[in-house]
Amino acid sequence: MKRFMLSALGAATAVAVTASAAVAASSTMETVKKRGQLICGVNTGLAGFSAPDDKGVWKGFDVDYCRAMSAAVLGNPDKVTYKPLTGKTRFPALQSGEIDILSRNTTWTFKRDVNLGFEFVGVTYYDGQGFIARKDLGVKSAKELNNASVCIQTGTTTELNLADFFRTNKMKFKSVVVEDATEARQAYAANRCDVYTTDRSGLAAQRSVLKDPDAHVILPEIVSKEPLGPVVRHGDNVWGDIARWVRNALVVAEELGVTQANVDQMKSTENPEIKRLLGTEGDFGSMLGLSKDWAYNVIKSVGNYGEIYERHIGPKTAIGLDRGVNNLWTNGGIIYAAPFR
Amino acid sequence: MAVGVKDEGTPSGGGARWWYDPKVRAIIFQVAFVVALVAFIAFIVNNTVVNLEKRDIRAGFGFLSEPAGFEIPITGVVDYSVDKGSTHGAVFLIGLQNTFLISAMGIVLATILGFVLGVLRLSNNWIVTLLVGSYIEIVRNIPLPLQFIFWQTAVFIIFLPKVRDPISIFDTIYIHNRGLTGPKPIGEAGLDFVFYAIFAAIGVVMWLRKWARRRQDETGKQFPVFWTSLGLLVGLPLLVASILGFPLSWEYAELGRFRFTGGMGIPIELFSALTALTIYTSAFIAEIVRAGILSVSRGQTEASHALGIRHGPTLRLVIIPQALRVIIPPLISQYLNLTKNSSLGILIGYSDLFNVFGGISLNQTGQAIEIIFMSMSVYLCFSLLISLYMNWYNRRIALTDR
Amino acid sequence: MIEAMNTHNRPFVRTEHLPQSPPPVSTSGIIGWARENLFSSPLNAVLTIASFYFLYLVIPPFVQWAFIDAAWWGSSNKDCAGYDGACWAVVTARFGQFVYGFYPEAERWRPNLVLILFAINLLPILWDRVPGRTIAALFLVTGFPLVALFFIHGGLGLEVVPTPKWGGFMLNLIMAAVAIIYSLPLGILLALGRRSEFPIISRFCVLFIEFWRGVPLITVLVMASFILPFFMPDGFNFNELLRALVGLTLFSSAYMAEVVRGGLQALPKGQTEAARAIGLTYWQSIRLIIMPQALKITIPAIVNTFIGLFKDTSLVIVIGLFDLLQVAKSSVTDTNWLGLEHETYIFVALVFFVACFAMSLYSLYLERKLDTDHRD
Repeated sequence: MKRFMLSALGAATAVAVTASAAVAASSTMETVKKRGQLICGVNTGLAGFSAPDDKGVWKGFDVDYCRAMSAAVLGNPDKVTYKPLTGKTRFPALQSGEIDILSRNTTWTFKRDVNLGFEFVGVTYYDGQGFIARKDLGVKSAKELNNASVCIQTGTTTELNLADFFRTNKMKFKSVVVEDATEARQAYAANRCDVYTTDRSGLAAQRSVLKDPDAHVILPEIVSKEPLGPVVRHGDNVWGDIARWVRNALVVAEELGVTQANVDQMKSTENPEIKRLLGTEGDFGSMLGLSKDWAYNVIKSVGNYGEIYERHIGPKTAIGLDRGVNNLWTNGGIIYAAPFR
Repeated sequence: MAVGVKDEGTPSGGGARWWYDPKVRAIIFQVAFVVALVAFIAFIVNNTVVNLEKRDIRAGFGFLSEPAGFEIPITGVVDYSVDKGSTHGAVFLIGLQNTFLISAMGIVLATILGFVLGVLRLSNNWIVTLLVGSYIEIVRNIPLPLQFIFWQTAVFIIFLPKVRDPISIFDTIYIHNRGLTGPKPIGEAGLDFVFYAIFAAIGVVMWLRKWARRRQDETGKQFPVFWTSLGLLVGLPLLVASILGFPLSWEYAELGRFRFTGGMGIPIELFSALTALTIYTSAFIAEIVRAGILSVSRGQTEASHALGIRHGPTLRLVIIPQALRVIIPPLISQYLNLTKNSSLGILIGYSDLFNVFGGISLNQTGQAIEIIFMSMSVYLCFSLLISLYMNWYNRRIALTDR
Repeated sequence: MIEAMNTHNRPFVRTEHLPQSPPPVSTSGIIGWARENLFSSPLNAVLTIASFYFLYLVIPPFVQWAFIDAAWWGSSNKDCAGYDGACWAVVTARFGQFVYGFYPEAERWRPNLVLILFAINLLPILWDRVPGRTIAALFLVTGFPLVALFFIHGGLGLEVVPTPKWGGFMLNLIMAAVAIIYSLPLGILLALGRRSEFPIISRFCVLFIEFWRGVPLITVLVMASFILPFFMPDGFNFNELLRALVGLTLFSSAYMAEVVRGGLQALPKGQTEAARAIGLTYWQSIRLIIMPQALKITIPAIVNTFIGLFKDTSLVIVIGLFDLLQVAKSSVTDTNWLGLEHETYIFVALVFFVACFAMSLYSLYLERKLDTDHRD
C-alpha cells in the first residue's frame, strides 16, 4: 500500500512538474524562445477583435497584434497559442505568468497600471463607452434613457462608468449583468434589455453580427475614455520594450507607407528611417535582443497598423468602424508613434 | 501517511523497546503529523503574505465598507442605492438574501414535484412509469450548468413574448421575456396589527396541537386539528384586516417607454435558475421517495388493513411515517445540494451570492482571498446547520425506534 | 383421480385432463395487458390518455424537426435557409472543435490513441474475465498518466501542444479521468484516516472532508484559479488547467472518502480482527484483507461519483477553460451560426447523456452482480 501510494505521489509530482510552466523569474523572452510559442491572452469572442472561426483559427485586430509579436520574436506569425480570457480571468492569467502578453481590448487605467503590477505598452485603439439601442424605440440620445434596462458585461470598467453616467444625469436604470460580450449580445438581441453598453468599438463589432444591424443605432454620447492596448507584466522591461516597439513599428510603417505588399521593395529604398525600421541600416533588432529583420517580419506577416485596421474593423468590413481618432496624427487622428532613431 | 498503526506483533516482556509501545507511537505519529501540517500552513501563509506584498494588494476586510458603485439587478429588501454610496457589505447582504430566496423556493418546488414523480414512478400504469423513468434519467444525466443555460437562452428568452407585447392576466400581472411583473402591495397604517394577528394565530395553533394530542392520549377523542388550524390561520388575520378596513393598497405596474415601472417584478433569470434547479433536484428526490416507499414492507399495509384501518389513514398513519424515516436524511442532503447548486446562477446572471459578491465585488476590489473565503463560509455554515439538524433528527428517530 | 381409475362400475371416466382453455380475452393478450397496465382504474385511464396525448404532442413534431426536415451539412446558417427543421450543420461543421477544442488537426490522432490505450487499460479493471486487474490498476494511476501526458502534451520529438489548445469533449474527459484517478487513493487515505484511532488525525480528516463537501464546486474552481497562485512561492506559477485539476481532485477526494468509508463500514469487524489475529500488520491487513473487499462493494458508488464528477467538469466554463459547453456557447454566438441555440445545446446534452447513462447502466449491472454474489 505504502509503495503504491508513494509511486502514485511520485507520478502526481512528475505530472505537476512537467505540466507547470517554468519559473517566471527567467525573462519572458527567454521563456517564449525556449517554448517556441507565444501565449497570448485574447477575448473569448468579439467579432473583428478576436474570435475563432469554424476551424478554430483565431482572427481579429487584437489577434493580429499577437501575430506581430510572434513574428518579431520567433520570426513566424503562426507560433501563437491563444488563451481565450473573460473580463474576469484576464488579469490573474497575466499576473500568474500563464500568458506572455494580454491583447484583449483592455482599458489603460491608473489602478491597473500602478496597482495590479502591469505595464501598458501603448494604445492600439482609442475608444470610449457608448450605448446601442433599437431604432424603433426612437431614442436619439443617451440622456433619454431614464428607466431603461441596460445589458452590461461584468468585470470591466463599464460597470462603474454606467452607474456614474446615470447618476450625474439624475436618471434611473435596471441592469442586466452577464459574464461575457457574446452573452450580452444574445440578451440584447432577444430584447432582454433595451440598451447595451460597452466600448464603442465593441458596440460596432456586436452590431455587425446582430441579425439586422440596421435596426439598431449607436447613440452619440461617449461616456468615458477607454484607451485600449496590450499589457505585459511589470518589471520585465526587455519584454515590455519589445511589446512597445512592435506596436510602434506597426504605426511607423503606416506613416512611412510601408505595407505588406511593398515591404520587399522598400528594403532597397533610400529613406533612412525605413532602413532603420527594416534593419537594412544599423541593427536595432539586436538592441531588443531580436533578429535584424524583426520589423520586416512583422510587416511582411501582418501588414502595418492601417492594414490591420482595415482588414478587421475598418469601414469596408462588417464591423464598419471609421478611423476617426484612430487615424494617424498626420491625418487628423491621434495615433502617434515614437520615431526609430 | 501516519494512520492508526496500533501494534505490529510486539515482542512482549520487560525488554520491549519504548518505540514498540503503541501509546508512544501514537503520540509520535500525531506530533509528527501536526508539525508537518503546521509547517505546511506556515509555508502557504508566508507565500501568500509575500505575494500580496509584491503585488501591492492590501489585505483585510476594509473593502466591505467602501462604496460599491455598481447597480445590481435584484436588490430585494436590502436598502441598496449607488447614489447613497451603498457598500460592498450591502452587496454581500443582497447576495445572501438572493441565495436564500432561490434556495427556499427551489426546495419547496422540487419537493412537491419530486414527491409527485416518485409516487407516479411506482404506479402500475406502464406508460406513466415509462415517462417518469425517462424524465428522471434524462434530467439526471445532463450537466446542470447546461440546463441553466438552456432554460435561460434557449427557452425563456426566446419563447416568451417581448416586453411590449406581454401575456397579460387581468391587466395586472404581465409575463414577458424579462420576467413577471405584478402589482406591489403597499402597507398603510394598521398593517402591523394584521401581522400581529398572524403571529397570534400561529401561537394558538401550536398550543391547539399540543392540547389535542394530550386530549387524544387521555380520552381517545380526536379533534379536527387541521381544519381548525387552517380556519384560525386564515380567519384571524382576515378578521383583523376587515375591522381595520383592509390597510393595504396596490401599486400597479405600468409599461413605460422602455419597461414596466412601478409594481413588483420577478426577473427572468430567477425563473430560469428556479426551473433548472427544480427540475434537476426533483429527479433525485423522486428516486429517494421511490426508495423510501419501497422500503416499507407490504406486510405493514396488509396488517393495517387487517386492523380495519381504511386506505387513506393507512397511508397517512402507517406507510408515510415509516417511509419518511428513510426519505428524510437523503432528502436533506439534496436540499443542501440544491443550495450549493444555486451558485450556478452566475452562468445566467442571477444575482446570487456568488454572482454579485464573489463575481462583481471581487472584480472591482480584487480582494480575491477575502471574498472567496467569505462566500465559502456562507455555504459551509449552511451545511453545518444542516448536519447539526441531521444529527438531531437521527437521534430522535433512534429514540422512537422500538 | 386414482380412486376414479380403479372403479370400473362407473359408466364414463375421463382418463386425461381437458386441455386448458385460454384465459378470457379481457385478461390476456394486448387487451388484457392494457387493462392491467394502463386502465386499471379511472385515474389510471386518465393518466394514460394524458400521457399518450403528451407523447403525441411532443414526439412527432420533434422527429419532424430533428430528422425529417433537418439540414445536416453547410458552412453557415444560410445553408439551412431552405429547411424548416433543425440546422445540424453547426454541429457537423464544428465537430472537430466540439471534440478536440483547438487541438491541431494534424495531431488529433494522439488523443485518440490515448483514449484507446485508456480503454485497453481499463478493460481488466472493469471486466473480471480479463486477468491482471491489480497490475492494470497500478499502471492506471502511475504509468498511464505519464503516457497520456506525453502523447497529449507532446515533447521528446512530438510537437508540443500547450494546454490552452486542449478543449472540447476531450478536455472534459481528461479532467474527469485525472480527478478520479488521483482522488481515489486520496479518498482511501482520508477514509482510513477518518476511522483512525488517532484523534488528531481522524479529526483533521473529518474537517478536511466536510470542508470540501460543504462548498459548491464553482467556489472551489474559482479558488483554484484565483487564490492558488498566491499560495505558491514567489515566482513559481503553474498552469491554469493544472490548477483546475487540483481543485477538482481535492473536491472529489472528499466525496470519494465518504464512498470508501461506506464500503469499510459495510465490512464486518471480524475481518479486521481475524487479520490481526493471524499476525498481519495494520497496512498488511488493509492491503490484503480490507481494501479488496471494501473496494469491490464500492465500485458502483465510485462509478456514480465519477458520473457526478464528469457532469461537473462542465463547470470549468466559469474559469474560462474551453470545454464542450464553452465551445457550444461560443458557437451559438458566432456570426455564421446565429440563432442555433437549440441544435447546439441539444447536441451537447446528448453527448453528456449518452456517456453518463452508459456509465450508470454499467454501475447498475455491477450492483446486480454484487448482489447475487452475496446471496451465494
